[in-house]
Order: sequence, then C-alpha cells, then structure tokens
Amino acid sequence: MEKEIVISAHKLTKKFGDFIATNEITFKVYAGEIFGFLGANGAGKTTAMKMLCGLSIPSAGEATIAGFDVYRETEKIKQNIGYMSQKFSLYEDLTVVENIRFFGGIYGLSNKELKSKSEALIKTLGLEKEVDKLVGSLPLGWKQKLAFSVAILHEPKIVFLDEPTGGVDPVTRRQFWDLIYDASDRGITIFVTTHYMDEAEYCDRVSMMVDGYMKALDSPENLKKTHGAATMDEVFFDLARGAQRQGD
Amino acid sequence: MRSLLFLLRKEFKQIFRNKSILAMIIGMPIIQLLIMPLAADFEIKNIKISIVDHDRSVYSKNLIDKVIASGYFQLNDYSTSFEQSFQQFEANNSDLVLEIPQHFERDLVKLQEGSLLLAVNAINGTNASVGSAYLSNIIGQYNQELRKQGLSASIAMPATIEVATLNWFNPYLNYPFFMVPGILVSLVTMVGIYMCALNIVKEKEVGTIEQINVTPIKKHHFILGKLIPFWVIGVFVFSLGLLGVARVAYGIIPVGSMPLLYSYLAIFLIAILGIGLLISTYSQTQQQAMSLAFFVIMVFILLSGLFTPIDSMPEWAKVIANLNPLTYFIEVMRMIVLKGSGFAQIKSHFLAMIAFAIFFNGWAIINYKKTS
Repeated sequence: MEKEIVISAHKLTKKFGDFIATNEITFKVYAGEIFGFLGANGAGKTTAMKMLCGLSIPSAGEATIAGFDVYRETEKIKQNIGYMSQKFSLYEDLTVVENIRFFGGIYGLSNKELKSKSEALIKTLGLEKEVDKLVGSLPLGWKQKLAFSVAILHEPKIVFLDEPTGGVDPVTRRQFWDLIYDASDRGITIFVTTHYMDEAEYCDRVSMMVDGYMKALDSPENLKKTHGAATMDEVFFDLARGAQRQGD
Repeated sequence: MRSLLFLLRKEFKQIFRNKSILAMIIGMPIIQLLIMPLAADFEIKNIKISIVDHDRSVYSKNLIDKVIASGYFQLNDYSTSFEQSFQQFEANNSDLVLEIPQHFERDLVKLQEGSLLLAVNAINGTNASVGSAYLSNIIGQYNQELRKQGLSASIAMPATIEVATLNWFNPYLNYPFFMVPGILVSLVTMVGIYMCALNIVKEKEVGTIEQINVTPIKKHHFILGKLIPFWVIGVFVFSLGLLGVARVAYGIIPVGSMPLLYSYLAIFLIAILGIGLLISTYSQTQQQAMSLAFFVIMVFILLSGLFTPIDSMPEWAKVIANLNPLTYFIEVMRMIVLKGSGFAQIKSHFLAMIAFAIFFNGWAIINYKKTS
C-alpha cells in the first residue's frame, strides 16, 4: 500500500539576494514518520523549515504540506501544523495553565477540550505543582517539554521542531524523545532538526543539508552502511567536511 | 472572534502583571500633569536686574521703586559703576542692566527730557525680550505719571487712548487652563505610542511572535488584540488626567460636552496606536522602536502648537503641523474644555482625525506580515 505523503518538496529554493540559503531541495515525508533534518549551522535548515511552515515564501520550486500549497495556502497549512522553534516560544510572563489555554484557544479548541486536554497534559508532564507558576520560573528542560506539548495540543498532522533539545541535559533529552515517540504513535508526523547525532539515530529517516543542498536522505542504518561508518557522527563528518559556509 | 478573546485575555494578564507598566499608566500622568504646567509657564517672573544709579536723586529712587514693585524684577545689585554691574552681567547673574545717568532728575525737570540705558543679556532670548518690554512699559508709565503730576504744566497733555482688554474663555489668563489640556494630549500620545510599539517589538525579540505567526490567528485579530488593550489604557490615562489631576489640582472643569470629547479621544487613540503599530513593524529590537518613537513623538509635540503658536511657524513647519494628529486634538481639547465648542465647530477636526486613523493603521496593517 502506498504510504500517505504529508510533506512533499520539489526543487524548493530560497534566495536572499545573491545568497542561496536553500538550493533546490527535493524530498517527501510520510505520515507518522520521524524525519530528521540535519546539517551544520548555516546549512539552510531553518530557512527550509520556515518555508514548510508557511512563515517564509519560497523563491522557487514547489511544496505541499498536508496537501496545501506553500505559496497560496499558508494559512491552511498553519491550521494543520505545530511548531516549536529553537528560541523558546511560550510566554514567560504567563503561567503554565494560561499558556496551554492561550495556545489551545487560538487553535480553536472548545472550552471543554481545553479543560480536559490541559489536565491530561499537566498530568503527563508531572507539572501539577507548577500549574500556577509563571513559565519563566521553570527550568529549561521543563519549558521545552511544555512547549512541545503545547505545540501538539491541537493534534496537528505534522509538528516542526527546530533544535528542540538545545542546551538540556541527557536525561531530559531522553524524556523529550519519549514525548516525541508518543506523538508519533498517535500518528503525528515529526519533522525535527538537531545537532545531536544520537538523536539522529532515533529518527526513521534522516536528511543531511550541506551548503543549502540536500546531500543525503535515507534511514540511519542505510546511511551508515553507504558511508562505511559505525556511527551517525562519522556520517555527519563525512558529508559535512566539504562544507564551504561557516556557522552562523 | 473567539481567538480575539483569547488574545485579549492574554494581553490584559501580561499588562497587569507588569509592574512598570502599571506605574507608567498611573504615576506618569499624575506626576507630569503636576510638574509640567508649572515648568511650561511662559509668564516671565523674577527677571534679575542690575541697576546702576549715577544720579541718586528722588526721581531715580522713585523709578527704581516702581521697577521692583512691579513684581517681575528681582534686584540683583545696585551700584554706581556700570563696570561693576557689567561683571554681574557677564557672570550671568543678571539679565538686565538699567543705567540711570547723572543729572537724570535735573534734565527731566529743566529740559523735560531724560535718557536711560537698558542693556539686555540676550543669551536667554525670552527673558531678554520680555524683560525689556516689561521694563519699557514700566518706564513709560512712570513717565505718564510724572506728566500728570504737572511736572511740566506747560506741555499739553497728549490724549491718552485707554485700551480695555477682555479675556474670553480664560478670564484671568490662567496659564494652566491653557497648558494642561494640551499637555494631557501629549501625555496620552506618549503612553499610547510607546506602549503599543514596545509591546509588539518585545514579542519579536523574545520570539513569541514567530510562534503566533505559525498559528492560524488572523492578522487583524492579532492586531486588534494588541490595539484594544492599549486603547482602554489610553482612555484610562486621559480620564485620570482630566477628571483627576486637572480638576483637583487646577480646577479645570470642561465647559463643553464630555461625550463629544470622548468620541474625539476614541478616534485619536486609534490613530496614535496605529502609529505605534507602524513603528513596531519597522523595528526589530526594542531599542530601535524606542529611538524611532522618541523621534516621532518629539516632532509631534514640538510642532503641535502646544508650546508655540502654529501661526508664527515658517510655512514648511505649518505643513508638518497640519499633518500632525496632535495639532488637531490639542485644538479640540482647548475648544471643548475651555470654550465649550460643539460638534459643528470641530467637524473638520473629526474628519481629519478619521483620515489619520485610517492612514496610519492601513499602512501598519499592510506592512505587518505573518509571512515574509
């Protein structure tokens, strides 16, 4: 049976003046997949992700997200995706429960849904005691788990995670990935960028961006095989060695 | 519509949680309205004067008494040497030097003419021109009195035309009456533009706006969610100033219709918040927004007719003043509050303000992009 395609990009390109941030990338992401989007700093990951989220209009190429066109149907895309950026993006001066209600509310959840979902979410994250604390006072790891949970509160088809685990300890990262697996089991497609190669191993398929080009796309096992490498670390070095652009 | 309610709830919670904003919307109008009108008083008093009296006669003494008794002048020093007084002048201790020559009395009585030297320290232009005008006036009066005393009965009395002035709408030329309504307008402008611009740019800085832009929130809902809370705050600040400080501290009770005044305020605030929104769309950081807003507000306040009459501005400045929403609201404030003007008199002002509101908000909305 043909798998459902939720993201399809064909020669997707973004230029800023003479600079080509993302150069004709072509790929497909299937429903329920955990898709790792790797690359060195400045390789064009964030730019590509912004185009897929409807935050940035491509310069050329085509793409559809959940069946909607990235040029004309950005608002429909937004209804069907969740997004969590590398900059932490909840309101620090609102409490845990206020953030959940706010973001759930603007995605159109009913009051009943908001109530049941926020209770369930708080229980899953073990935040019962912190419900009325300002988000700004929580440790980073908790904030990120909360931000992820809020991003998928409205059960989107796809969730985009831009370096979601930057700066947190290995235990918290592990817990974060448990949340990702849970979401994936529920059928949410995960599109994640990361710099941690152990996280790349958790993905179903991984792509590698180098200097705006997509240099590789396969499962971690196959990538290691074709590059004759023991770990994803070695695969990354092998591919990124030739990179011209320096990190940003 | 429902997402707008969520946005409004969020904004109000954030505002009331922010202590510095609360201080700004309550403390600022009270303090500014209490201090500014006193400082912005154009009535010149306490002009420091040095008097050089070479004559030391009854007439010269009388003249000096008259000058000091007028209440506008403060005697800095009294001497018989111009050099000595001039040193005071150079040290910026006095604004005016009045030199009474020797034989002042004798010449007046015998030759029926006297001369005085008035030297003015023109560094402070206002003090200088107003001070010398006052002094000339006092000397003129003294001159008249001498004539009436029959000092020179031989000279025919010139016919005097007395001018009686009646000050309408502000009978005692009470300065705060004139200034307070205008200052209140500039205050509301500052609070509105700064708060609106900084709030939105802060979301850009923290990164939450990106999160908002990736949600299906409608652009106009997001903008309304920002404008409505600051509109409410603007009305609050205005009311605190007008019904609180202006009434209690200055006894200003609007003569005209309050609903009319508040209708105008409502449109004015929409225009002003549109400017704040516009500034935020051009700024990436709070610092940029702050500098831009400061520049705009300075120009608006200085070219609004608040401190200086627009009629005496050069043509190019008049053009700017006419494109300045503050100009219209300050005029309307003075007209409604002091004069009791009705809708018919300020109809054109209404139209102008509606045009401003549409222009600034339209520009800002076009320039605000969820997708780049």
